Amino acid sequence: MTNLTDLTVAEIRDGFRAGDFSAREVAEGFNANVAAAKALNAFIVETPEKALAAADAADKAKAVGETLGALAGVPIGMKDLFCTEGVQTTAASHMLEGFVPTYESTVSGKLWAAGAGMLGKLNLDQFAMGSSNETSYFGNVISPWKRGGGDNAALAPGGSSGGSSSAISARLCPAATGTDTGGSIRQPAAFTGISGIKPTYGRCSRWGIVAFASSLDQAGPMARTVRDNALLLEVMAGFDPKDSTSLDLAVPQWEANLSSDLRGKTVGIPKEYRPDGLNAEIAALWDKGIAWLKDAGANVVEVSLPHTKYALPTYYIIAPAEASSNLARYDGVRYGQRDLPDGAGLQDMYAATRAAGFGPEVKRRIMIGTYVLSAGFYDAYYTQAQKVRALIARDFDRAFEQCDLLLTPTAPSAAFTLGEKQADPLAMYLNDVFTVPASLAGLPAMSVPGGLDSQGLPLGLQIIGKALDEQTVLNAGLAIEERAGFVARPDKWW
Amino acid sequence: MSIDLQTVKKIASLSRISVTDAEAQAMVPELNNILGWVEQLGEVDVTGIEPMTAVIPNTQRLRVDAVTDGNVRDKVLVNAPQAEHGFFAVPKVIE
Amino acid sequence: MSDYRIQGATGEWEVVVGLEVHAQVTSNAKLFSGAATAFGAEPNTQVSLVDAAMPGMLPVPNRECIRQAVRTGMAIDAQINKWSRFDRKNYFYADLPQGYQISQLYHPIVGEGQIEIVLDEKNPDTSTKVIGVERIHVEQDAGKLMHDQHPTSSYVDLNRSGVALMEIVSRPDMRSPAEAGAYLAKLRTILRYVGSCDGNMDQGSMRADVNVSVRKPGGELGTRTETKNVNSVRFVMAVVEREASRQVDVLEAGGKIVQETRLYDPDKNETRSMRSKEDAHDYRYFPDPDLLPLVLDDAFLDECRASLPELPDVKRKRYEQALGLSPYNAATLTADADTARWFETLLTESAAAQKKSESDVAKAAANWLLSDLYGALNRLGKSLEDSPVSPAQAAELLALVADGTLSGSLAKQVFEIMLETGDAPGKIVEEKGLKQTSDTGAIEAAVATVLANNADKVEQYRGGKEALFGFFVGQTMKAMQGKANPQVVNELVKKALAG
Repeated sequence: MTNLTDLTVAEIRDGFRAGDFSAREVAEGFNANVAAAKALNAFIVETPEKALAAADAADKAKAVGETLGALAGVPIGMKDLFCTEGVQTTAASHMLEGFVPTYESTVSGKLWAAGAGMLGKLNLDQFAMGSSNETSYFGNVISPWKRGGGDNAALAPGGSSGGSSSAISARLCPAATGTDTGGSIRQPAAFTGISGIKPTYGRCSRWGIVAFASSLDQAGPMARTVRDNALLLEVMAGFDPKDSTSLDLAVPQWEANLSSDLRGKTVGIPKEYRPDGLNAEIAALWDKGIAWLKDAGANVVEVSLPHTKYALPTYYIIAPAEASSNLARYDGVRYGQRDLPDGAGLQDMYAATRAAGFGPEVKRRIMIGTYVLSAGFYDAYYTQAQKVRALIARDFDRAFEQCDLLLTPTAPSAAFTLGEKQADPLAMYLNDVFTVPASLAGLPAMSVPGGLDSQGLPLGLQIIGKALDEQTVLNAGLAIEERAGFVARPDKWW
Repeated sequence: MSIDLQTVKKIASLSRISVTDAEAQAMVPELNNILGWVEQLGEVDVTGIEPMTAVIPNTQRLRVDAVTDGNVRDKVLVNAPQAEHGFFAVPKVIE
Repeated sequence: MSDYRIQGATGEWEVVVGLEVHAQVTSNAKLFSGAATAFGAEPNTQVSLVDAAMPGMLPVPNRECIRQAVRTGMAIDAQINKWSRFDRKNYFYADLPQGYQISQLYHPIVGEGQIEIVLDEKNPDTSTKVIGVERIHVEQDAGKLMHDQHPTSSYVDLNRSGVALMEIVSRPDMRSPAEAGAYLAKLRTILRYVGSCDGNMDQGSMRADVNVSVRKPGGELGTRTETKNVNSVRFVMAVVEREASRQVDVLEAGGKIVQETRLYDPDKNETRSMRSKEDAHDYRYFPDPDLLPLVLDDAFLDECRASLPELPDVKRKRYEQALGLSPYNAATLTADADTARWFETLLTESAAAQKKSESDVAKAAANWLLSDLYGALNRLGKSLEDSPVSPAQAAELLALVADGTLSGSLAKQVFEIMLETGDAPGKIVEEKGLKQTSDTGAIEAAVATVLANNADKVEQYRGGKEALFGFFVGQTMKAMQGKANPQVVNELVKKALAG
């Protein structure tokens, strides 16, 4: 008999509707996997009862012939950056330990309304700041993947959505939510051999998601297949009057319109993404990807995105600047931790609370952000960065005059060992070199697995599309998925 | 530009994050390293370029002037470390 | 123009004043959330999750607050910026839940404008001065801290947190306490006309930060101090006066003025330094990434303009020129939107009641309102708003005077009864029989009786003691119980004495 936890979201949805199994059986299967995978530390809070309740509701609805939601019978994981009513939401920080929202984020609310059930709140880098899931107050998330040849080193699942990527690739959940500010969906997806899409900025409401950098943050799905991403994104996206930056547009039928036929499409290959010293295996996979897209009928042209090398420094001014302000609300007054030394005044309480409540990477970014916005430096750093950001967006506009989508590697390397880059923040930041430009321009971008490297670790390919053209991104992802035939999964050791 | 211990302490104070001398000392090279790296942006010619204001070109929507929220004091106060008599309480502020 | 000078030991000093006025925008809901704005609610009951800055909460601006700021800008002839943006002003304080105030620094919604002030109420047309307004921007109000409820804690109430304010920033164009007072009063008048702020200074709906510096007349600008949250016209004038003389004292003693924030203590009538708020301000303004550029289209601006009422300066000139009112009366009647509204209703009703044009009845209406009604309201400690006499009743009273039914003194009697009972004047005249009579037969009879009873005085009068004329008139009026038409009495007495 099929192991239910090996099924994709679409397979669970369809099998449940067809009566092949009950929603409860599915939820129980995943609950059991979650309970047995403590070693991965993918969850901060497990909510098996929520998964079961949603499953029972789905089974009951089916039994009485009610209309079923798009995700009826499907349990998922929820990144612990989404506020969930009645369930602790921490952003993986000590600061918010014990914080129980009295409200539900728009995106998670849409998922529950569609019938999905919650398996638990997934671990992440603290306040989504990190690329390896090593900044969580609740401990590192461990990737289920190991290098071959008996190397037992614990690997990074990527970040910041590392709990999501680890849990999906380990079959603890068929899908999960992620958020992506500079690559936080795509890079962990690449590290763990799954797919994930960051939609166009404004597609998914940010309301109720703990903010990192407002002009960059976007929610998106993570799952094992392109189809699953398409159908999940349909549920998550949509106009929200509570978010001023939400796009007032109808949600396309991405799943129904999936097609791997790319005839008539032109793929741009940005030459700046092939710097000297690019990892040879990554470069080789990229070439394979180009061949696959050609095989699917696409034309391929070389394009130039001349300001690419400035994307990371731009990002590391804008994102910390916004974060330094967005995180000012964590002050120990209305929620979260409070550290009140003896005899401390109000301002002392703030400083003590924030010193104790934030981890080192969060503090580092707040301080950088504070500095670049401070009197006398604002124009040199922040204004200059927003101008360069405009140039980066213009580069994409010009490239898209010649092509319909771009193909690049997702990350410059396969998953690295936990601890490997921790001593040098800059080396860690460089991991986002290929994902950050699309974030700065607000463009839809997806990572799909392309193959394994010589050590047996997954590598991802990134597809970047025009604003609002998620369909082409998904279609190209599907074309790669069909041709890459990626079926590898980590051997269970946990 | 390179920042010194004094500047690190000043930024920490502006950020309301208390730091020990040792912590501040350790941050000096760390922050300089990052700031030195982002300063390469200075070499980009931005003549005639307007700073980006909206990632996806879009303008602000406005709400109708109706009372649709509030009257949720319990929800507002329930997570407070110290709430008394319907207020948030903080260490006494001397003005 | 003003030549307010402070006499110092080293000569004369001139004071330079600019005001930053925070005016609460009249709206049902807050600037960025749907919580209510009403004054005086239970603590933290008018707070949404957005106002409490819960994680993941986002602002969406209230159209009405934007509209009111634009209308206010139009009312002071200001440039309206069709493209503006919100910025964050970052600082930590317990009344500021987000850790930043959403405001507008770089691109305010309203640019340069101006306000004309009157320095001599008796000569409003010849004593005006134009004060420049640099900008108006929209921003969030902070919450409120209470320090006296607990020995070791301060309490935070966020009801005001997020209420919309307009910050109206003047140029440093004022040169005396009187000018500063006149500016604030005039600004309040305009805001109340426009309806963008209720102007209730005692409820904090309007408060001024007063920037004061002194210099030798015509010299370089001196260092200024900013006295925060001054909440009356009188206090603003006092702050300018006290702060200017303090600065002169400091400078003449060889000291320097420190650029700082100060607080006014009305009990001691002095300003003092507010050092606790002074710590190294670096607000790190930057565009709020949760909000998009605010772009106003022509239809929006047209509606704002079309909905503006007649503004006080225009109204005042119309009262003088079209209604023939004295400059003083015109200025007094237009100084407050409610007064002008009351007067105009009275005018319409009066013209209708008397079948005359408004300009024909205007003077009598204005005089009655400013002397009789204001006198009575003053005595009763009431405002126009809760006047026991309505404009329609007042118009009826004035019509009864105009058609000779009531004499001036009868009208005053009737008005007193109206104030007490709230009855219509016609009804009072009927019931109390206070109607004035012009019945010559009755008056002639009364005159005859008076003359017969005072034969000696008649003789004296006829002998040349003409001062006795008033005596006969008075006696006749008395005999008629005050209801005779005085003009008719005069004529008939004269005739009878001549006979």
